[in-house]
Amino acid sequence: MLDDALRSNRLPAAPGVGYKPQHFAQILEQAQPVAWLEIHAENYMGDGGRPLAQLRHLSEDFPISVHGVGLSIGGEGPLDPDHLTRLKHLISWLKPASFSEHLAWSTHDTHFFNDLLPLPYTDATLARVCAHIDQVQDTVGRQMLLENPSSYLAFEESTWSEPDFLREISQRTGCGLLLDVNNVFVSATNLDFSPQGYIDAYPLEKVGEIHLGGHDEDEDDHGHPLLIDSHGREVVDPVWTLLDYVLDRSGPKPVLVEWDTDVPDWPVLRAEAERAQVALDRVPA
Amino acid sequence: MSVSQTTFQAALLDAKALVPDGLTDAEAQPAGRRFSVYRNNVAVSLTEAMHQAFPVITKLLGTQNMDGLAGIFLRQHPPSSPLMMFYGEAFPDFLANMPQLSHLGYLPDIARLELALRQSYHAADSQAAPADALAVSPEDVLKARLSFAPSMQVIRSDWPIHAIWRFNTEADAPTPEAHAQDVLITRPEYDPIPQPLPSGGAAWIAHLQTGDTIGDAFEKTAAETPDFDLGTTLALLLQGGAITSVTIERLET
Repeated sequence: MLDDALRSNRLPAAPGVGYKPQHFAQILEQAQPVAWLEIHAENYMGDGGRPLAQLRHLSEDFPISVHGVGLSIGGEGPLDPDHLTRLKHLISWLKPASFSEHLAWSTHDTHFFNDLLPLPYTDATLARVCAHIDQVQDTVGRQMLLENPSSYLAFEESTWSEPDFLREISQRTGCGLLLDVNNVFVSATNLDFSPQGYIDAYPLEKVGEIHLGGHDEDEDDHGHPLLIDSHGREVVDPVWTLLDYVLDRSGPKPVLVEWDTDVPDWPVLRAEAERAQVALDRVPA
Repeated sequence: MSVSQTTFQAALLDAKALVPDGLTDAEAQPAGRRFSVYRNNVAVSLTEAMHQAFPVITKLLGTQNMDGLAGIFLRQHPPSSPLMMFYGEAFPDFLANMPQLSHLGYLPDIARLELALRQSYHAADSQAAPADALAVSPEDVLKARLSFAPSMQVIRSDWPIHAIWRFNTEADAPTPEAHAQDVLITRPEYDPIPQPLPSGGAAWIAHLQTGDTIGDAFEKTAAETPDFDLGTTLALLLQGGAITSVTIERLET
């Protein structure tokens, strides 16, 4: 049974940023256009020291979103029980405002690849992912949000569209969804579909959080654009435009800016959060 | 054509392997270079983790050499857990078994020191014993048993690893001189501090960790290291907040 008090997502419909330790002092020293912070769960699974001390401190001033990157929800094998236990421990002491993970796999045969690897959208994957999400939600005692991936290739064997697949998972498990708008843009460019069409088909009523991030540009063997979800630069204009398209249909939502590689000085990230606030201000509550 | 994760994984770690059939672009053409995005993501993120974990090794070898070594290491020893902060546990032994690096005999111990610094950084917080916990009679000091902070680490080496570490992390540090050096890591608050131990210090701490009294540990240590400096070793532990409790069993009279 899910604990009702913790069940619902408690992030404000306002901008948040991915927390980086180098920004700790600046985030705390003055009022910020940032209403909440997201952490990667795995970075706070040590036993103590500065990371946990900083997190305890930040959690007094900001709602925290715990975003897992290592659970391997789409893995063919069973979920790692030790990792589930660590996750349960983190969530039970921190009591975060939100908890999310990815529609992806990262562990196989006990090897962890530190990347979000893709899944075929088949009935077999659906059954496995739903069983894993049930197990996660039962273990941590609260609802999770599931994030759409950025795709660089397609599986011949897929029989579901991604929005339908996510809707079905949400209906079967009761999980919410984390809509990464940059990932939609990246996948749409790479796999030749309309990002607006994706949003039209996507169950926006299940969205508990939105992600934005920067991507890199490359090409495939045939000179076709290949965008790579690198989280290493500013969010590009077409992604901001797609965010407007989403917010016009979903209403205000918590909007996170992710910047994980070549992390900039705080004012650059703060400016991205301010831009997210502008996008939110356009939307009637 | 379905692609199992076993098939995907094999092609992920071997850049020469064929991209699995059944992975395509939007026009149903073979995925080709698109698959390399995943190969690159894995290799780049794990290499970056190795750079962060072993900054002194990286400095000693040069970034390019470290990239090459990390590329071999990450394929032989992919992480076994999603806790990337502890990745690289097998790296010291990996370095020791690289024939091309046998002329740099100190590298594995430097890697052990860097691993230990990270373990100390993430170790559980603890409260140091009160400053006067050992302010007792000399007889009672010898009867005392000590407990240590989880953040305390001891690295023993036949190489001057503390001097090498300092030389590569501090401006104006003296040039290392060839001699064996054991290192004590303490974490008074959040930053681990490595310091050289007097000779015999590491053995004495190891005896204490098995439950010996200060006196018994001293006798065993002095048998092997007659000039063992107990006072200096104890002071390093006390200053670093590494002693969490002092237990003195007094005989009932």
